[in-house]
Amino acid sequence: MSPVTALIAEDETLLAQALQMELQRAWPELTLLALAQDGDEAVEQALALRPQLLFLDIRMPGRTGLEAAQAVVEDWPEDTPLPLIVFVTAYDQYALQAFEACAVDYLLKPVQPARLKACCERLQALLAQQHLPDDPHKANDGANEALLGQLRSLLATRALGSTEAATAPAEKLVVVQASVGNVVHMVPVDEVLYFEAADKYVRVITAEREYLIRTSLRELLPQLEAQQFWQIHRGTVVRARAVAQALRDDQGRVQLLLRDRPEKLPVSRLYAGRFKGM
Amino acid sequence: MSKPSHQPSIGWRLQLWRGFWPTQTLSAIVGLLFWAMGSPPVITMVYSLLIGNFCHLFITLGRYGLPMVLRRWWPSRFAHMDQGFPGMLPMLPVLALGVLLAYLAGTTIGDALMGLSSPMPWHGSNRGALTVLVISMLPAIAGTYYFASRTRLAALETQAAEAQLRLLESQLEPHMLFNTLANLRALIGVDPARAQVMLDHMIDYLRATLTASRQSHHPLSAEFSRLTDYLALMQIRMGERLQVQIDLPADLAALPVPALLLQPLVENAIKHGLEPLRRGGTLTVSARRDGQTLRLQVSDSGAGLDSSSAAPAPTGSGFGLTQVRERLRTLHGERASFSLAPAPQGGTLAEVRLPWPAAPAFPDPLPARP
Repeated sequence: MSPVTALIAEDETLLAQALQMELQRAWPELTLLALAQDGDEAVEQALALRPQLLFLDIRMPGRTGLEAAQAVVEDWPEDTPLPLIVFVTAYDQYALQAFEACAVDYLLKPVQPARLKACCERLQALLAQQHLPDDPHKANDGANEALLGQLRSLLATRALGSTEAATAPAEKLVVVQASVGNVVHMVPVDEVLYFEAADKYVRVITAEREYLIRTSLRELLPQLEAQQFWQIHRGTVVRARAVAQALRDDQGRVQLLLRDRPEKLPVSRLYAGRFKGM
Repeated sequence: MSKPSHQPSIGWRLQLWRGFWPTQTLSAIVGLLFWAMGSPPVITMVYSLLIGNFCHLFITLGRYGLPMVLRRWWPSRFAHMDQGFPGMLPMLPVLALGVLLAYLAGTTIGDALMGLSSPMPWHGSNRGALTVLVISMLPAIAGTYYFASRTRLAALETQAAEAQLRLLESQLEPHMLFNTLANLRALIGVDPARAQVMLDHMIDYLRATLTASRQSHHPLSAEFSRLTDYLALMQIRMGERLQVQIDLPADLAALPVPALLLQPLVENAIKHGLEPLRRGGTLTVSARRDGQTLRLQVSDSGAGLDSSSAAPAPTGSGFGLTQVRERLRTLHGERASFSLAPAPQGGTLAEVRLPWPAAPAFPDPLPARP
């Protein structure tokens, strides 16, 4: 069995080094592939180096640890088992509740050796399961499905890891105000078929045309009715009623056909489970 | 108060009990007044106490009952009506009805006790009854008003205590605390000398935060020292990403300023301005005299105001900034102000303008630490 590989994402240099040292002590055979200093770098490095373990700090510049995990899982190649993810946090009261509920392991800063040892043992046990000789595909599918479920419920805890405190639930949006030149278009949310993230903007697509608004999907999401608008990818939120069909290919990838638009929308593996027959 | 309370601050039973002795006093005074106007003393006192206590009972029940009934029947209009005191206008019919019922109940029992007959034992005319009713109204209104204000006051004190707690919580933000401890733990292994320096900054910061609630003002030099402690902690954490410039002219060092007023502004600048940027940036804290105004500025070269949020929910409405505004308003009213704006060179500029103090309250300045 080749040595186990890991990646650490932590923006505070001292803490990154400390975690590296403690890990070496607790798990000498572990090979550290990279130390990433922010969320975007973590995603980039993880996808390039494909480590088996990810230690992700929650509050980082750029993407938070949770958003980084989402991006890694969505873009992870099909032929490799998903990495095991451990979140590291100083204090996130909302995250802690979610972590308790999920089986995802997490570490609290300052990281204590005994706790880290237990975490490593758990990871070793999980990795051993991945390498069960009989029917490796099935074992992987089960483990992956568990990880996806955990990640979904973590991401559902809104404002998690973001710098803003999750205080009052946001008011629901009724009209999208999109400015084009000197004109502000008042687009009723009822007419929006889907929202798509585009760099620092969000594309708002109706049956007839599309608009750009200067906001992020992260800020927009809490203002949408969760029953009506389904997230299908980290960059896409679609109105459930606008979807005509969900097509699943041989590899399990899902695409959505819309009623009033020609384009197909890809569903990430994180959300594919939502499109199953009743 | 803008905050509607759905729960009565105290229950009606407690309210009845609290009002017991004041009711006896008020009733006795009314009895004495009637006595002075020529009524027989013992009888007057018995009726006055009876009517007074029934007034207290009925009006208290009305105060709690009316909002309950209204909220149940017209939830759309009266959902936010305060239980325990629905406001002076809705209270008028409650008062009138309460006094009338109290008069009827009081005289009936009084008649039975004294062996007399109503409407008024000492006059026997309807005008007398009317006089008693009107005169009973006045202490009833006064009493109701008094109890209602006391209830309000208690609620306000609770709110103030809660705000104090939130202030402390925001200053001892657990995320900052545990991250700092984690850094300290890491430093002890690799650089014990630096770990000690960090611990010293942390001790000063904690002490200042915990004593700030008891101390309303301190010299500007002390304010800057506390910020230096905090920034030193953050610099160990953020490393090269946080550059700090502190600019305090020597002649301003002794001026009194509200304790830890700038702390939330500095935290804000780091959290929203510099921390989200991978390259970090520079944070500048400065003090200037501008005529009769003391200008305190906290600026960062960071992410800027609109990049974090284009939506109308500004991060600037957070508790820290609200707290700065509230403190300024309480201390100086219109003479102090606070603004948050894009900095000319990019990033964000927060500025507090304080009225120039008449005389420095701290003639012997503490030397500002480097």
